[in-house]
Amino acid sequence: MKKAELMDYDKALELFEPVLGFEVHVELNTKTKMFCGCANEFGQGANTNTCPTCLGLPGGLPQVNAKAIESSIRLGLALGCEIAEYSRFARKNYFYPDTAKNFQTSQYDEPIAFNGQLTIELESGRQVTIDIERAHMEDDAGKLTHVGGATGRIQGADYSLVDYNRGGVPLVEIVTQMIEGGEADSPEIGRTYVAAIREIVKALGVSNARMEEGNVRCDANVSLRPRGSGKLGTRTETKNVNSLRSVERAVRYEIQRQAALLAAGGTITQETRHWHEDTGITSAGRPKSDADDYRYFPEPDLVPVAPSRAWVEELRATLPEPPAARRKRLQADWGFANLEFQDVVNSDLLDAVEATVAAGASAQSSRKWWTGEVARLANVAGVSADSLVEPVQLAALIELVTAGTLTDRLARQVLEGVIAGEGTPLEVVEIRGLAVVSDDGPLIEAIDLALASQPDVLAKIRDGKVQAAGAVIGAVMKAMRGQADAARVRELVLERAGTAE
Amino acid sequence: MSEITAEQVAHLANLARIDLSPEEITRLTAELGQIVDSVAKVAEVATPEVPATSHPMPLTNVFRADVVVPSLSVEEALSGSTDRDGDKFRVPAILDEE
Repeated sequence: MKKAELMDYDKALELFEPVLGFEVHVELNTKTKMFCGCANEFGQGANTNTCPTCLGLPGGLPQVNAKAIESSIRLGLALGCEIAEYSRFARKNYFYPDTAKNFQTSQYDEPIAFNGQLTIELESGRQVTIDIERAHMEDDAGKLTHVGGATGRIQGADYSLVDYNRGGVPLVEIVTQMIEGGEADSPEIGRTYVAAIREIVKALGVSNARMEEGNVRCDANVSLRPRGSGKLGTRTETKNVNSLRSVERAVRYEIQRQAALLAAGGTITQETRHWHEDTGITSAGRPKSDADDYRYFPEPDLVPVAPSRAWVEELRATLPEPPAARRKRLQADWGFANLEFQDVVNSDLLDAVEATVAAGASAQSSRKWWTGEVARLANVAGVSADSLVEPVQLAALIELVTAGTLTDRLARQVLEGVIAGEGTPLEVVEIRGLAVVSDDGPLIEAIDLALASQPDVLAKIRDGKVQAAGAVIGAVMKAMRGQADAARVRELVLERAGTAE
Repeated sequence: MSEITAEQVAHLANLARIDLSPEEITRLTAELGQIVDSVAKVAEVATPEVPATSHPMPLTNVFRADVVVPSLSVEEALSGSTDRDGDKFRVPAILDEE
């Protein structure tokens, strides 16, 4: 593929002002498709979840999934949108093999939700408010696999294969207004915005929200306006940007590519571009042309959706705390420094730490265990940390450490036992005989033995060289096989050294 | 008479993937013109008090519960296709080489 000329990023921003827009598609996690009762699930083999309606066969009639409407309204409300009193479906007509009906059932001039707002916070602390133009409902297309050709891409393929299991799955498309003033932060705004949407749909429980599985997909619109010019540039729409990092990279790439083209006296073609995750570049798709004359018209097979205000308010009452507000509250409650808190957020352990604190553990211990030992073991096992151990079990373990029953070292062994399914932390302590020896008797016995066998150390301690006690403490800990509290051993060593004759 | 042109009809036919002969285009240009004129007559009668409608039935909120019903078998689903590869539909190349 031909590599485009890129302008240095800072230079591009000196000459041009980036203008952004995003379309984020959210796949809802309803049990069935949008307009038919076929299962909304994958991994069961190709074309196993289809019927005359989602295959567009003669006689197939759509029926609206009530749960999808409910999820769409809740998502609209979470984005600060107004919910339409009267909303309709429309046919968007085009021919493409992934769309068996030859039209997508979507919404045109009467979307279910509109006029929303979402404020995001960048790493610098800068707050950016994104205006949401609309969030509308539609059905997803099937999945194409391109066969033959050099690259496995659509260009140059010999033929393509279609699996319609995804065809008809409910989507909500969230469309922003034009985002101006992003400046050098533009790529980060893209990433942070999509991350915020992902977080919201996850908190609402309306989507599985896994970008790697295409549950949340982003199309990024980028155009450049020459500094001092009031006139908007021609935009490109980059599709297939399916990770947070890719959103950032794709926006940055388009800014640099368009700037180089414009500065060299060229023009931007209004077109769809494809993002290539592997090479980190975009390539031209089809130009916007006749093909985009979709001849929208109202879907004659479906009646309007007119959600009552009472229902909308009922759904509003089910909204969870907005994720951004929740993060602020938790950080304040826990008294975490920014880095400590970011560590928890980036490890996707917010829920786990919250549940552990709720089960009685201190916030700092919960954080330390989750992002430390549990994360380490999870990493070794190649699973997510929160799937390894129940928060309530970890809280019980932390309690044993706090109570002095376990040292950190013993607690790590107990944790391994809990993960191995040997029982609760207390059960593992009993089964493995791991508790700290808290009875001074056996400790004093071991200490006296160690002091007697190291008379030179004893002499030094008596001379006031307290640091010499380390050798005795080490010997005692070894004799106790680690099941002693080192601080208590130290106390006792000094005491015995002082009194022993 | 409305302003439907032969070019518009040819464009529409292309969008709808309908192959029309020049004679058909001429005939449809006239017929579509008449249809547009007829609709315009109706629009004259419709006062602002008559809301636009897309459906003859005064119904809203007809929903289906989110309950899975059996799908077609893979064989049934693929039975109408002209070409297949395993359990997938096979279609001709979509785009040319770049």
